[in-house]
Amino acid sequence: MKLQTLVWREIFERKNQLATSFVAILLGVSVIVAMKNITFYSEKAVAYQLDALGANILVLPKSASLQDYYSADMQNDEFPEEYVKRLTTSDLQGLDNLSPKFSIPVEVTGRRYILTGILPKNEFQAKAAWQTVSIFTRPEACGVAVDVPGLAAPAKETLVRKRVVQTLGTNELLIGADMAAALKLTEGETIQVMGRSFKVSAVLPQTGTVDDARAFTHLHTVQQMAGKGAVVNAIEVVGCCQQISQGLVQKINQLLPDAKVVTITQIVDTQIKTNRMMSRLSLLFLTIIVLVGGASIANYMFANVFERRREIGTLMALGASSHVVLRMFLLKAVWLGLAGGVGGYVLGSAMAAILGPRVAGVPVFPMLTPLLWAVGVAVLVCVAATFLPARRAARLDPSAALQEI
Amino acid sequence: MIALQSVSKHFQHRGKSVAALANVTLRIGKGDFVAIIGPSGSGKSTFLHLVGGMLSPTEGNVRIENESLYDLTSDQRSALRKKKIGFVFQTFNLVPYLTALENVQVPLVLAGRGEAEQQRRAESLLGRVGLSDRLDHKPSELSVGQQQRVALARMLANDPALILADEPTGNLDPETSASIMDFLVELNTEGRTIVMVTHDLRVADRAKRALRLVNGSIQADGCARPLPVTSLSSREQKALSIN
Repeated sequence: MKLQTLVWREIFERKNQLATSFVAILLGVSVIVAMKNITFYSEKAVAYQLDALGANILVLPKSASLQDYYSADMQNDEFPEEYVKRLTTSDLQGLDNLSPKFSIPVEVTGRRYILTGILPKNEFQAKAAWQTVSIFTRPEACGVAVDVPGLAAPAKETLVRKRVVQTLGTNELLIGADMAAALKLTEGETIQVMGRSFKVSAVLPQTGTVDDARAFTHLHTVQQMAGKGAVVNAIEVVGCCQQISQGLVQKINQLLPDAKVVTITQIVDTQIKTNRMMSRLSLLFLTIIVLVGGASIANYMFANVFERRREIGTLMALGASSHVVLRMFLLKAVWLGLAGGVGGYVLGSAMAAILGPRVAGVPVFPMLTPLLWAVGVAVLVCVAATFLPARRAARLDPSAALQEI
Repeated sequence: MIALQSVSKHFQHRGKSVAALANVTLRIGKGDFVAIIGPSGSGKSTFLHLVGGMLSPTEGNVRIENESLYDLTSDQRSALRKKKIGFVFQTFNLVPYLTALENVQVPLVLAGRGEAEQQRRAESLLGRVGLSDRLDHKPSELSVGQQQRVALARMLANDPALILADEPTGNLDPETSASIMDFLVELNTEGRTIVMVTHDLRVADRAKRALRLVNGSIQADGCARPLPVTSLSSREQKALSIN
């Protein structure tokens, strides 16, 4: 037999008395686990949607308005392409995809379109200085780089909407749906633009935006065609929402004082508000579990010590030291915490999987991380709540305990 | 083996000091079997707990094998009890949710013995008290006599040199009581020192000598036989259950 056997036997002997404390811990932990689980997938889903929407930070020339950007009408406003380098070589955290753009108006078969130059991702990566700052390494929990189970991966063509394409030749063209339809162009065909021949490498899907009447090619090609040198008129940035909320926009403004930095605040704010709400609710439930669960356990343990005075006195008469008595009660608390933590994790994960799609509208799957968290919190609360009753038991006067009953 | 030097114990009761033991000086040699008799409230249990290292005296000194008991820390006294002292209680004090075997194993667990040794020793001791067929019975499934025998087996687990018995037959019928006393006498003949408190003179008669404790004071010492009934007052005879 071990001391632990004695603890186990006592738990099962008086399991009904322990039930209330167990349920308090179980429910508290399960609610927190469920909220953490739902929040995680909710954040990922929002980040995924943000990613699909495209850039959430725009760096524009001082004189340009957001309206100009959306109408792709920024032909007379430029800033140096060197701004991109400043961003990539800075120590700013939370910058994900950067997409410098330079748009010029072009006429094809008598119609006016926008030709936008973009820099493919492989050229970013080829530049050693930019590579060292890991510009394409999204910070942890930043969102879009993480695949969300249950949500489909973006189609190949939508990469343009993510503002980054992997490769793009200097004479390749990605063409908007309306423009392709008007010019009756399909993939693989060639087209003359401002006297230069381009091969249509992809026809983009309908987006309902100005992009439908736009063609994309390599940034440096457009710069050559415009004859304005190494300039751009927009840098689209996919910023990590957490960093945006921590002042990323202001930091970019400080880095590029001659540019205008704007953010799609509405979308970012929604996520930040959701995150804050869930975080506050989790904190609220953590407080509840600590107060209600802890009080329930402490109350039960005090009653348990009182009820077991004779037993404790007998054990002391048999030679149990105060440390042994203290350990007996703390072991019991650890078992209670372990059972409550694991049970709470299982129940919380099940609740999240069932309620997640209804509450947050996202598919939720069990995660392992909350298990450690749940067990840790439950054991900590149980041990903390048991410490005073256990110390009282350890300090019990064995003579008084044996005589008074 | 045991030496009490001018030991007094006072309790505070509603602001007043009540003497449970008053200036007790006593020596109990190794291998002795002493019965402490006295009516309820005379300080018998206080005396036993004091000798067992569970209740510090207000004044005086208690020595066991030349070691001053209350100069030790509480945990050192626990260690000494574990090693040298066995307790027997009137109400047996078995752990209700453990089986007979596990109850006997408790002191062995506290002494840090291995599981195989615990099992072997506990089975052997329960066999000695005639309970080999009740190893897996919980106290509630045993008769009071059997419960006291389990308690005796538990008391012997760590092979104590000193046995402190608090009314060991107080809850038993005369027949069971006699068998328990036979067992204590047997343990005494093995060389163990026994100090037993009782208010039953017939039980005290089985000890080598008896001491009368009245109002916290030892009234006689060194008697080879129990105090003659006639030496007690009628009130004491009544209090001591003399039929």
